[in-house]
Amino acid sequence: MDTLRNVKCGCRARIHGLNGQGALKRRLMDMGLTKGTEVYVRKLAPLGDPMEISVRGYELSIRKSDADMIEVE
Amino acid sequence: MIKVALAGNPNSGKTTLFNDLTGSRQYVGNWPGVTVQKKEGTLRRKKDVIITDLPGIYSLSPYTPEEVVTRNYLLKEQPSVILDIIDSTNIERNLYLTTQLIETGIPAVGVLNMMDLLEKRGDTIDIKKLSQLLKCEIVETSALKSKGSFEAADKAIELAKKQKTTIPQKIFADSLEAELLKIQQIIGDMVGQHQLRWYSIKLFERDKRILGELALSDNQKKVIEGIIKNYEKKAGDDSESIIINERYEFIGKVVKECVVKKNVFESTSDKIDKVLTDRWLALPIFALIIFVVYYVSVSSLGTIVTGWTNDVLFGKYIMGNLSVWFDSIGATAWINDLVVNGIIGGVGAVLGFVPQMFILFLLLSILEDCGYMSRIAFIMDKIFRKFGLSGKSFIPMLISSGCGVPGIMASKTIENEKDRRMTIITTTFIPCGAKLPVIALIGGAMFPGVVWMAPAVYFIGIAAVVVSGIMLKKTRLFAGDPSPFVLELPAYHVPSPRNLFMHVWEREKAFIIKAGTVIFVASGLIWFLSGFGFADSGFGMVGAESSLLADIGNIIAPIFAPLGFGNWKAAVATVSGLLAKENIVATFGVLFGLGSDVAEDNSGLLQELQSMFSFGGAAMAFLVFNMLCAPCFAAIGAIKREMASAKWTAFAIGYQTILAYAAALVVYQLSGWLGGHLSFGIGTVAAITVLVIMLYMLFRSNKYKV
Repeated sequence: MDTLRNVKCGCRARIHGLNGQGALKRRLMDMGLTKGTEVYVRKLAPLGDPMEISVRGYELSIRKSDADMIEVE
Repeated sequence: MIKVALAGNPNSGKTTLFNDLTGSRQYVGNWPGVTVQKKEGTLRRKKDVIITDLPGIYSLSPYTPEEVVTRNYLLKEQPSVILDIIDSTNIERNLYLTTQLIETGIPAVGVLNMMDLLEKRGDTIDIKKLSQLLKCEIVETSALKSKGSFEAADKAIELAKKQKTTIPQKIFADSLEAELLKIQQIIGDMVGQHQLRWYSIKLFERDKRILGELALSDNQKKVIEGIIKNYEKKAGDDSESIIINERYEFIGKVVKECVVKKNVFESTSDKIDKVLTDRWLALPIFALIIFVVYYVSVSSLGTIVTGWTNDVLFGKYIMGNLSVWFDSIGATAWINDLVVNGIIGGVGAVLGFVPQMFILFLLLSILEDCGYMSRIAFIMDKIFRKFGLSGKSFIPMLISSGCGVPGIMASKTIENEKDRRMTIITTTFIPCGAKLPVIALIGGAMFPGVVWMAPAVYFIGIAAVVVSGIMLKKTRLFAGDPSPFVLELPAYHVPSPRNLFMHVWEREKAFIIKAGTVIFVASGLIWFLSGFGFADSGFGMVGAESSLLADIGNIIAPIFAPLGFGNWKAAVATVSGLLAKENIVATFGVLFGLGSDVAEDNSGLLQELQSMFSFGGAAMAFLVFNMLCAPCFAAIGAIKREMASAKWTAFAIGYQTILAYAAALVVYQLSGWLGGHLSFGIGTVAAITVLVIMLYMLFRSNKYKV
């Protein structure tokens, strides 16, 4: 299973689930990154990290290391 | 008395609505978590309605201080009604909080804000249906245009008068609701009827705070845990995630029924963002924007207004005229000197920054309010996170190269507490404008012809930031869960002038009051110490060399002996640097009998310094210490204000001074030993030990890393 980290810019992916636990997982899910949600990887920051994604109609920036927790299909 | 609680997501326009309703002096920013404190005000024209502006939050989880503050307020203080601000252009994520707010059992009114933007997009929301599905009153507003704010408040008051509490509806899948019902039966009479749903959901989520709050017996806890485990097994997920998923599922249904979205197209904000955070253009544009901010507020316009306030307004008009006036009424010379040179001179030096800070804060507020500040964090995050700082630390550091006071104050835009503290502690290591004459003085005296002197000092400053960041990050003080960098990038918009000016005024006022009081006392004290002392004729006004300050210099001079400048003149100059770093030059001028208005390239002064320092390393150590140690009083005042804690202020000053001492020790001892000026001795051993400790702290593994 691939993670959100490896989704290319300009591509869409559907969230399959989140690894990890506690505050970080909760924060990501609170922001709307839940199972079945479609996300669109808009771009990477100029230095390659963090990434900007579109989810539920708004723009969100997360670090690649955190994106690694999010399984996509 | 009616208590209205304003709640909503960050960037939902909550603070703007609050300003509108109360007319109080608040400000609106784009940073998530900008309203960290609880702010209150009374509704305009209705004194018996109190409005509380709760922190901007995304959820009612138990993990962030803002969320906990909000939860506790809603459950413990039981406001009469919640005004829930919903950004209608971002309705899915905003309704996520709405569903949680409704669960508290407090009557709620949903305020669909930014309806003008929604209409512009061509989207529509069926208000009536939304109200039915959420079982909650809904009103429409455009807070930035002051449309509908008071209708929303009236609706809330009406609702509060009608009912005290509400019983929240069931919104989850039937199987889950059945389990929640079981939990509700267990805790039945422990909480109010209207709060049953909230508590049962929180218990299902295994919320530790709630679990600790209810006096459940061990048996009850076991039964509840059994219910949760059972359901988790069936659902194949943890209970917290189950609830979040169910919540978004419900919202998905609501949105599908009520919201009609026009085809997705690229908005103006998207187009702007495409350029501003473009892979190749982002950094040059960032550099350009920063250059403009810096150039306008620090180099050009800023210097002009500061120079004018200091030299013309205070120097010529206020101090000059006051001095003449004192003479005319026959006041004694020392009163004249205390008031004019001691207090007004000292306080004026700080107030001189006010117009410059106005320009700087105005520019920063524009960057913040329009949404670019979030992008700065996005662009710079990768570099700064390595040193335990945030991408947003860049701005304070940059401004500090002009002046540390506004630099420290600019740290306000960093919402994470640890990142903010780290930034405040390290930002004054960057040499400010006032340190430049000192660099020129030491460079001219001891290293003539060395052109890289100033760059070298900047490099030392940057190195001190990086080294401190890495060392402190690995200590207990800055340990703990790294706060996730999950940052909303809000849509760009034109800031409202009213919010900008409220924002700027808030910061200016704080600076004038807080920093001003510290300076007031400190300047009076230094003036007294440097002008008075024991002479043959008894205690009175004396020259600098026999003043109390000189006595103090003699006492503390031995402390600096291991650093190579253990004489009273250098010690006094260092202390006087606390008033303002450029004072170091003037103090040397006075102490060497050359007058206080001596220039840093005065040949007599350079000669005196050459004979004072035994070799270049000693002068370098003096410079390093003065660059890194506690900043001037104005900056200390700003640190105190931004830390909002005496303990953290003391830590910051203490850390800076210890680091300065350690660095100067290493510079003097090792350069002396390696250069053949000093023989190997206890000082060399001490320097090597310090160096080893610092290297250890830099390279040890971080045991707090998660």
